[in-house]
Amino acid sequence: MGSPVESLVNREYKWGFVTDIEADSVPPGLSEDHVRLISAKKGEPEFMLDWRLKAYRGWLKMSEPHWPNVSYPAIDYQRIIYYSAPKTQKPLGSLDEADPKLLETYQKLGIPLTEQKILAGVAVDAIFDSVSVGTSYKKQLAELGIIFCSFSEAVQEHPELVRRYLGSVVPASDNFFAALNSAVFSDGSFVYVPKGVRCPMDLSTYFRINAQNTGQFERTLIIADEGATVSYLEGCTAPKRDENQLHAAVVELIALDGATIKYSTVQNWYAGDEEGRGGIYNFVTKRGKASRGAKISWTQVETGSAITWKYPSVILQGDDSVGEFYSVAVVNGRQQADTGTKMIHMGRNTRSTIVSKGISAGRGNNSYRGLVKVLPRAAGARNYTQCDSMLIGNRCGANTFPYIDVQNPSASVEHEASTSKIGEDQIFYCKQRGLNTENAISMIVNGFCKEVFKELPMEFAVEAQKLLGVSLEGSVG
Amino acid sequence: MLAINGLRASAGDNEILRGITLQVRAGEVHAIMGPNGSGKSTLAQVLAGHPAYTVTAGSATLDGQDLLELEPEERAQAGVFLAFQYPVEIAGVTNAYFLRAAYNALRKVRGQEELDPIDFLDLLEAKLKLVGWGPEIMQRAVNSGFSGGEKKRNEILQMAILEPKLAILDETDSGLDIDALRIVADGVNALRRPDRATILVTHYQRLLNFIVPDYVHVLVDGQIVKSGGKELALELEARGYEWLTGMPETASA
Repeated sequence: MGSPVESLVNREYKWGFVTDIEADSVPPGLSEDHVRLISAKKGEPEFMLDWRLKAYRGWLKMSEPHWPNVSYPAIDYQRIIYYSAPKTQKPLGSLDEADPKLLETYQKLGIPLTEQKILAGVAVDAIFDSVSVGTSYKKQLAELGIIFCSFSEAVQEHPELVRRYLGSVVPASDNFFAALNSAVFSDGSFVYVPKGVRCPMDLSTYFRINAQNTGQFERTLIIADEGATVSYLEGCTAPKRDENQLHAAVVELIALDGATIKYSTVQNWYAGDEEGRGGIYNFVTKRGKASRGAKISWTQVETGSAITWKYPSVILQGDDSVGEFYSVAVVNGRQQADTGTKMIHMGRNTRSTIVSKGISAGRGNNSYRGLVKVLPRAAGARNYTQCDSMLIGNRCGANTFPYIDVQNPSASVEHEASTSKIGEDQIFYCKQRGLNTENAISMIVNGFCKEVFKELPMEFAVEAQKLLGVSLEGSVG
Repeated sequence: MLAINGLRASAGDNEILRGITLQVRAGEVHAIMGPNGSGKSTLAQVLAGHPAYTVTAGSATLDGQDLLELEPEERAQAGVFLAFQYPVEIAGVTNAYFLRAAYNALRKVRGQEELDPIDFLDLLEAKLKLVGWGPEIMQRAVNSGFSGGEKKRNEILQMAILEPKLAILDETDSGLDIDALRIVADGVNALRRPDRATILVTHYQRLLNFIVPDYVHVLVDGQIVKSGGKELALELEARGYEWLTGMPETASA
């Protein structure tokens, strides 16, 4: 009899369909002319073109980072198409005008774009490859002075805000992939919540990579003005392709005095097949800056991508600011993840909490990498880190790389870590009580991730639990 | 109720059960005793369907149904309950959630409606008394941070809720102090009914002072070498296993 804790995966990627829509693409490759062409296609003002070119020139001098605990063949940056948009390119007044094929794709993805779903209270800004195709709920939000639109639109309509905040948290020179993104990003989401306004609904973006050989370089900028509150949800899927696609996004969050930003991600990019062919390279820079008394909270559930490289971070600049990071990262098949966070304590009495749950199955390799840094001025800073890994089967790996750098003697930093294994005995115990293998695993894994799931908005939490079940289906037994 | 015939089982290349034959009728309590390594726990695990063991020969039926061809959860659904010697911990899953999931899984198979958390709480309260617990235990994660005695009591609580046809208690008495032993024994005795049967796997006679068996079987080297009434247990207590195995038992619990 074979051991039930043995095979992993064997699961078709449900979201692996391709939508047949003509795309308007820029030829593959990257040069100053490409950057100019992208900027021109988007009719950008000059400051944007200058910003892009500066980023591009900076990028040329940088080299790809190889310190993460992942391996992949060299990426040929000249083979990538940096801009691809569905061809029916006229401004859309409402969803009814959108390409029916696009809407069909969204339906397959289960995105709440329909009126019915909108009533459920989710405003969606959907990104299809590189251009935002439809934004709902904008009017209702506008009445509160909340701006929620595509990045391109923000560049046209609110250039002063873009100019002031773009690159203020993640400068173009920050790292190789952020520089690349800054040079070629084609679209993304933009949110501005004015002083004292509490955004009445969760804002949501659904990203999807469709065209072949396209890199998706989106850019998200969220600004919560003094005392404002906003919760933002991001979901991602990509069709199944044999070739790897690069996704190098940048997300910047700015929480001014007393503001709160909650950013939740459920990421389910195509992970490649069992042998590791295809799948998304998810190399993302996400960072927030919290002013006095502000709070930034990242929650992520990462089940997809061939390789994940991301560290949603918080710069706790103002006194009494709070940073949180709650993460579930699942690797299965041949997936690799090197993910974690950075909490940079600059202000006094700043607090941060890190709860990371890594699940490794199949031949997956999961690394937690986190930095807690307390600068000399940050008297009374506190951090609590809990880092748990769960292994399913015998061929996967889990690693933890915590970096702690404390420069103020009054700071308190705690780090707890554990590694456990879903074993035959745990599953057998559940089965002996009448539960089948699938329910047993789902129960054990959900129990393991409970502290993170409870941070997600209700609907998202349900989706995350299902996703987890799907990603681990067939992983045991 | 349970009919075992010529049952042989191995773990890898190592044969542990070498032809077990045993009949357990409804209403009976059977004690399986024997020295360490004789195969007592293996018998319990094999009946429950643990994947580490391979059955190489023989049969085991429950009310005529072939147990050996069923998945472990199907055996549970057919009414087999194993109280584990080492109950596992499940972090983040409350006792209440786990028990209700198990209870509802069984109800579903029987075509009964699942109980919602409120109705289930009523059922729980009655059963908690049986093991002398208050409701607060139900919000703790399954066996997480439980003492050895608490884990065993939790097994009895689960048994009380799931009401199995055939309960197999694998060394439930090991590691218990006398008070905990009494609570566990009271729980088991309260569940004795003419339509149910119990198999007690135990190394010591002590438990049998509290749960009086109808039959006692001695397992040595994967075979039942002697069967008798409850007085056999007393004889073992007095003489040890040596006279049956032909060699002195190594000192270990």
